[in-house]
Amino acid sequence: MSGTLPLIFDQSRAGRVGARLPACDVPRRDPADLLGPEYLRDRLPLPELSELDVVRHFTRLAHRNYSIDQGFYPLGSCTMKYNPKVNEKVAAFAGFASLHPLQPEETVQGSLALLYELQCMLSEICGMAATTVQPSAGAHGELLAMMMIRAYHRHRGEAHRDVVLIPDSAHGTNPASAARCGFRVKPIPSNARGCTDIAALEAALNENVAALMLTNPNTVGLFETDILRICDLVHRAGGLVYCDGANMNAMLGLTRPGDMGFDVMHYNLHKTFSTPHGGGGPGCGAVSVQPCLEPYLPVPLIRREEGTSGPVFRFDYDRPLSVGRIHSFYGAFLIAVRAYAYIRALGAEGLRQVSENAILNANYLRVRLAEHYEVAYGNQICMHEVVLTAEPQKRRNGVRALDISKRLMDYGFHPPTNYFPLIVPEALMIEPTETESKQTLDEFVNAMISIAREAQEAPELPRSAPHTTVVSRLDETAAVKHLDVRYERLFCDSEPAAGD
Amino acid sequence: MVYVSNTSRERKEMLEAIGVSRFEDLLAPIPESVRLQEQLDLPPPLDEPALVRHLRTLAVQNVDCEEYLCFLGAGVYDHFRPSVVSALAGRGEFATSYTPYQPEMSQGMLQAIYEYQTLICALTGMDLANASMYDAATGLAEAALMCAGLLERSEVVVLRSVHPHYLQVVRTYLDATGHTLAEVPSAEGAGDLEALNKLLSEKTACVLLQHPNFFGCLEDVQGVVDAARRVGACVVACVDPISLGILRPPADYDVDVVVGEGQGLGNPMGFGGPLLGFFACKRQFVRHFPGRIVGATVDRHGRRAYTMTLRTREQDIRRERATSNICTNQTLLALAATIYLCELGKTGLQQVADLCLQKAHYACDALCQLPGVEPVFPGRPFFKEFVVSLPSDPDQLNRRLLERRIIGGLPLRRYFPDLPNAMLVCVTETRTREDIDYFVQSVAEAL
Repeated sequence: MSGTLPLIFDQSRAGRVGARLPACDVPRRDPADLLGPEYLRDRLPLPELSELDVVRHFTRLAHRNYSIDQGFYPLGSCTMKYNPKVNEKVAAFAGFASLHPLQPEETVQGSLALLYELQCMLSEICGMAATTVQPSAGAHGELLAMMMIRAYHRHRGEAHRDVVLIPDSAHGTNPASAARCGFRVKPIPSNARGCTDIAALEAALNENVAALMLTNPNTVGLFETDILRICDLVHRAGGLVYCDGANMNAMLGLTRPGDMGFDVMHYNLHKTFSTPHGGGGPGCGAVSVQPCLEPYLPVPLIRREEGTSGPVFRFDYDRPLSVGRIHSFYGAFLIAVRAYAYIRALGAEGLRQVSENAILNANYLRVRLAEHYEVAYGNQICMHEVVLTAEPQKRRNGVRALDISKRLMDYGFHPPTNYFPLIVPEALMIEPTETESKQTLDEFVNAMISIAREAQEAPELPRSAPHTTVVSRLDETAAVKHLDVRYERLFCDSEPAAGD
Repeated sequence: MVYVSNTSRERKEMLEAIGVSRFEDLLAPIPESVRLQEQLDLPPPLDEPALVRHLRTLAVQNVDCEEYLCFLGAGVYDHFRPSVVSALAGRGEFATSYTPYQPEMSQGMLQAIYEYQTLICALTGMDLANASMYDAATGLAEAALMCAGLLERSEVVVLRSVHPHYLQVVRTYLDATGHTLAEVPSAEGAGDLEALNKLLSEKTACVLLQHPNFFGCLEDVQGVVDAARRVGACVVACVDPISLGILRPPADYDVDVVVGEGQGLGNPMGFGGPLLGFFACKRQFVRHFPGRIVGATVDRHGRRAYTMTLRTREQDIRRERATSNICTNQTLLALAATIYLCELGKTGLQQVADLCLQKAHYACDALCQLPGVEPVFPGRPFFKEFVVSLPSDPDQLNRRLLERRIIGGLPLRRYFPDLPNAMLVCVTETRTREDIDYFVQSVAEAL
C-alpha cells in the first residue's frame, strides 16, 4: 500500500469506545469535591476508537516499517543483528515484568542476582573491575563516564583538567557528552591510515587533559593498532582513556579493552548483546571501569553477601564518592534480562564465534565490494564493519552515497549508514553482523554491483530512487520550514466538556 | 545457542574469497599482546529449554505483582495494560527496527511517533513534544539544563516535594555542569511558597515541581508560576500522565516545560526500567529542546509523509554544540503509550483517572479509620497516592503484609527522617474494592 495512511485521529468518532474498564466499585464521589473544581480540566482532546480501529491502524503502520525480522539491515555502527525471540519470552515473565522497583530487597532476590551476575559477566568480557547497568543508552553511559572522570580529577585536586580529546572520526555523542559535563572538546585528526594520528595526540596532551575518548575498533571499522602506545601516552600525561564500546561486537572473546589500557568503557547492550533497538530505543549503556574509577560509579550497585543459607544480594548505596544517581531506579532492567539471557545462551565460545563471524562477514563484503567501490583508507583488513566511499561515483556520474542508499531500498535492503564517519567523503558504512549468512551477503553484493553499474549506465535511476517504497524521497527542508510536529486539527475542533 | 547463519563450508569459501588461509589472519591488526589466549571466564552455554528454565528459576525467586497485591507507587505504577498494547508494540516490524533515519522505509514508526507527540500535546496542552527521554528524572534534568542554557542563568530551584530519586538525578546532572541547585522545603505536603520566594532571584533559571507531587498531593502550580515570573524564571512541571485524564493540563498554568513518567501508559513496571520520559514545551524552545522530533512533510509526488526534523540541534550534526547528548531514546515505549492512549481514548483515560481517584480516597478513608493511622497531610487534595502515619514501624508492617500476599506502601523514613512512621500508599484502578478491603483488614490485624 503506497501513499499516505490516515492518522489515527482521522478515524475517531464521538462515542466510540476501545478498552473496557471496570465500573467504579467503591462509593463514587464528585471529583470536584475531592480535589476542588479549580484542579479539573474541561477538555480532553483524545481520539475515540474501537479496539479493531486500533489494531488495524497499528498493524498497517507495522507493514510500513522495515525491520531486521524482514531483511538485511547493514547499518554501520548500529549492530543490527538478529534479536532472539526467546529473550522476549523470558523478559515477559511476570517475575521480571510485574516487579515494582521499590519492593523490599528480600522479594526481588532473583532480579538482584541476575543484575549482579550481569555486572560480573560484563566486567569479565571487557577486562575491567566493575560494571553498572544503570545508564539507559550509549550516550547516557558516555555522560556517566565523563561525570566519573570529572569527579576523579577533582578528587585528586586536578579540577583544572577540563579538556577531552576526541578523534575526528568519533560518534557525535562523544563530544556532546563531554560538553554536557563542562569539558572543552579538542578534536584529534586521523592519519592517512584512518587511525588516530599519534603525533597530533602527543602534541595535544598536556596538564589540562582530562581524558581521551576513543572508539575501538574505530568508526572506519579499523582496529587502532597503536592502542597500547595511545593509552600509555594519555596515562603519562595524567589523563584517562575512555572506550566508546559501540563496536564491541568485533572484540568478544578475542581481545579486551581493559587489557589494552582503557580505564572505562560503555557497552550498548542493544547492539552487542542483541536486545531489540525498538525503532530508536530502549537501550542500555552499561559502563565498566578499572579500579581507579570504581568509587565514582553511580548508586546503587548490586552487592553479593554470603548469608546463612546461600548468597544474598543487596543494593549498595554506601558509596561516598559516587557521582550519584543517573536513572529513576536501576536502569533498563528488562533490557538487562534480555542481554543476560543472550550471554548465558552463548557462553564464552559462542561470544567468540559472534565476533569471528562479524569480522569474517565484514571482510568478505569488503573484498567482494572492493572491485566495484572504493574502500576508505585503502583496502585494509577491517574488523566488524567496512566503510566505502562513493566519491568516484559522485565524481564520475553524479551519483552520491545517498542515491546508492536510496536505490538499495528498491532491491529490498535497508541502506548502510551514510555520511558517517565525517572524515570519509560520501561514506557508506556497512556492518553485516554475524547473524547474516553468506547467501544474504551475496544477494546484497549483487545489488550493490547492479547499482554501481546503474550509476554508470543509468545514473538517473539511483538519483531518483527509491521507486518502490510507500513514499519517495522526502522534502526535508519543507519539514523544517513549515514545522508540523503535531496534528493541529485535534486542538481546533470544538468538543464538549469532559465528563459530559 | 549461537545465532550464526554461516555453515563451516561457507566460512571456508569466504576465507578463500578474502584471500586468507585461516580466520586468525584477519586479527593481524590487533597487537599480539592483547589477543586473548584463553576463553572468557563465563558460565557454560545453555540450550533454549535450559535457558528458559534458568530464567524461570530466577523469576520465581521474586515476588511479583501479579501474584501479590501491590500498593507501591512513587513513579512506577501497576496500571491496567490492555492486551492490544504488547500485541501491537511487540511486533517485530517495530521492535527490530532502528532509529528511522531512512524515512522511506520507516514511515510506520515515524507516523506513530508523530501521533505520540500529538497525544502528549493533547494531554499536557503544550505546543510541542519530543520523541521521548530515558525517564522522568533525566527529562527533568534536561529541562533544567535547557532553561539554564537559554536564560544564561546558573541556579535551579526545586521543590523538595519532587520525587527524591528525580531530585538526586537532577543534582547529578547539575553537579557535572557547575550549576547550583536550591531545595524548597515542603509545608503540609506541598511546596512552601514563602520559602520558594526567598530562594528565587535574578539568577534563577527555573523552578522544578511535580504535580501531583511525590506525596501524591496536588501543588499550587499557579502560585509557583506566578512566583517564578516575578524573577523571569521558567517553570518545569513533572506530571503523571494518567492524572491528566481529569486534572487541568499544565499549559493552563502557563508552565514552560512539562516532563513526566510515561511507564503507566501501557508499559510494564519491569523493576523500574526501561521507563518512558516524555518532554513537552512551549514553541519558544523549538531550537533548544533535547532529543528527536518527527515532523510531517511531503515526498516528491506531494504525498504527506513523516521524517525526523529540526535535526541541527542533535549530537550527530552539532556535536559538542548539540542541545543534548541524547541519541537512543525510548521509542518502543512511546509507541506502547500511543497505542494505550488510542485504545483507552477520551472516555477511557477519564475513567482510569477517576477510578484511581475514587479508589485511593476510599482506601485512605478506610485506613484512617484504623486506630493510630492518620493522614499526614489532611486537607491537601491528592490523586492516587497518599501518606499515612502508622502507630508502628512501617517496614515491620510490610513484612507482615507480605505473609498475606500484599506488597505494602513505601516507608518514607529513608527519604524523610522527619516522617519516621509514614507510608506512601498508591491505589490504582487495578485494585478492586475487595483488594482494598483485604489490605485494610490486613493492616488492622498486622499493626
